[in-house]
Amino acid sequence: MHRRTLLAATAALALGTGWAAAQDDPVKVGFIYVGPVGDGGWTYEHDQARQAVEEHFGDAVETVYQESVPEGADAERAITQMALGGADLIFTTSFGFMDPTMNVAERFPDVKFEHATGYKTAENVSNYGARFYEGRAVIGHIAGKMTETNKIGYIASFPIPEVIRGINASYIAAKKANPDVEFSVVWAYTWIDPAKEADAAQALIEQGADVILQHTDSTAPLALAEQAGNVIGFGQASDMAEYKPSPRVSSIIDNWAPYYIDRVQAVMDGTWESQSVWHGIDEGMVEIGEMTDAIPEDVRAEAQDIADQIAAGEYHPFTGPINRQDGTPWLAEGEVADDETLLGMDFYVEGLTGEIPN
Amino acid sequence: MIRLVPRAEPSTAWTIATPILAVLLTMIAGGLMFAALGKDPFESIRTIFWDPLFHPQFAGYSRPQLLVKAGPLILIAIGLSLGFRAGVWNIGAEGQYIVGALAGAGTALALYPLEAWWIFPLAVLIGALGGWAWAMIPALLKTRFRTNEILVSLLLVYVAEALLASMSLGLMRNPEGGGFPGSRNLARWEPTANAELIGGTGMHWGVLTAFLAVIAAYVLLTRHIRGFHLRLAGQSPRAARFAGVEPNRLVIFCLGVSGALAGLAGIFEVTGPAGQISIDFNVGYGFTAIIVAFLGRLHPVGILLAGLLMALTYIGGELAQLMLGLPAAAIQAFQGMLLFFLLAVDVLTNYRLRLGAVA
Repeated sequence: MHRRTLLAATAALALGTGWAAAQDDPVKVGFIYVGPVGDGGWTYEHDQARQAVEEHFGDAVETVYQESVPEGADAERAITQMALGGADLIFTTSFGFMDPTMNVAERFPDVKFEHATGYKTAENVSNYGARFYEGRAVIGHIAGKMTETNKIGYIASFPIPEVIRGINASYIAAKKANPDVEFSVVWAYTWIDPAKEADAAQALIEQGADVILQHTDSTAPLALAEQAGNVIGFGQASDMAEYKPSPRVSSIIDNWAPYYIDRVQAVMDGTWESQSVWHGIDEGMVEIGEMTDAIPEDVRAEAQDIADQIAAGEYHPFTGPINRQDGTPWLAEGEVADDETLLGMDFYVEGLTGEIPN
Repeated sequence: MIRLVPRAEPSTAWTIATPILAVLLTMIAGGLMFAALGKDPFESIRTIFWDPLFHPQFAGYSRPQLLVKAGPLILIAIGLSLGFRAGVWNIGAEGQYIVGALAGAGTALALYPLEAWWIFPLAVLIGALGGWAWAMIPALLKTRFRTNEILVSLLLVYVAEALLASMSLGLMRNPEGGGFPGSRNLARWEPTANAELIGGTGMHWGVLTAFLAVIAAYVLLTRHIRGFHLRLAGQSPRAARFAGVEPNRLVIFCLGVSGALAGLAGIFEVTGPAGQISIDFNVGYGFTAIIVAFLGRLHPVGILLAGLLMALTYIGGELAQLMLGLPAAAIQAFQGMLLFFLLAVDVLTNYRLRLGAVA
């Protein structure tokens, strides 16, 4: 107790006015969501993490959230109102909230902000993201091993680095597991739209794909795969466990809880500092959901091994030799991609067909 | 038993009273819904309608935000109301809003990094032209080929959205944005910044233009022969033709004005509150403005008030989400009730209620 008071006192000195008085009150943590909390994917996982924060800290925190906030002018107002409402720490959980977050942060220097999946920071703004490509490498391996038609369908959302990186990572892993594999990519231009996703899945299945990978958040592609029989897929963002054991044979889960708890603790301790982090399987931000019996046992073991090696830092999904799509060399034998190139990735690797639209 | 007896003339008193009645009924039904969700109905209604204006902690910020939110709604609704009065149904203001923003922002971005005062006025002008041109597509198709302007203008919204996505990912993408979608921030670039005219009031050029549009529409409708023609064409197309109204020119005028005003709303928004062209730049102002136009009885002053009321339910709804934890869907249902009750009580304008047996 004494230690906490002491820390609080130092924090108050460091942070200036307004903090010490608020010390007895719970720390107020706000969350801005781009979708509804029941979307079963992206926002759902952020809200799960919010609940984990409440459970972890009990009465020491109070959380508030606002869902379905449009990116743009409305976001700035939502964040401002949250700051006016006395939030000490605000998580803005979508890329499009970046500029609004920066604007509000400028006006509320005493409030801490955490922006997901962007690239800007300030004294009181951190950004955080997840190395989902690590998960994509694991499921890419499973996909390559399990396809019988050697055709893998990929439902992509928008042609941005995050999505292109995912396509490349799964392709490289699938190709390694099965040299005959071919990818067809369909751009849905949405993060979540069950009807469009179902259309995309349908088209891919008709083209002969028997594995569907998705970078969109609804379960519609899995529902279609179930209907088609003999087609498998993977949970995206959340576990999508209702389609176990097949067509959903595994999943990539976004687990934000450890990070959120960590950052709330930092605010309580007065040790919060602006930072830029990109966490992966190792830190637990990217989780591979249960691999079901539908996957042959040896493939399960291999996939687990890849995940373990990535977590231990022994293997990087982008390890040379890798050429760009046009055949020019990108990574030499044994060379590992640097984060900067990965963050701005705007090219396909060699072997992928089709063009990235723009 | 209750019977409906048609009125010879729409009742003026009820024309004014029905929106107020609709708001009251919405409060009651909405209150019941909030109660069913386990929230205090009185606190919920107070949070939505009172707190944005008078809450000590929030009002200082949310009052100016009312203007920011109402500005584009009023500007678009004024344009739409002219056409609606004349029986020209432009449902695609959302698309004209997007194209106006794209045209204006594209012009400004092409000039980057030139520092000149005339960039903003030029962007505004091109923005209006962009919205106008997008509205000319349904106008020309209607006058030439008698296509239905409701369908054509609505479907062009989806074309505009695809164009917006393409622009934010391609041509207008910020070259310093690390490959992420979205243009440069126009609100943060001096020559295009549509900043508040008086600090802390929320009053930017777009809001001012919306007020000017209200006055202009009022003058047009009450003092100008074209306004008379508009009203006549809506009430009695045959009589309008005898009065020398050329239907095709009327269609082009109505769609042109509403398109240009929607385009203006778009360019003011992208240079101000929104700041940048991005995939999700449009947030439905073009559609909500249709509700605002009808809520305001297609009258300029009514639209002004309706726009402010609509903005109030948005901002109050956000506060209710934040402070009371109401789900976003409940707020949308609440706004939907408003239109529902307005249409429902509208019957009183044209019909008289009679109690008693059928004569």
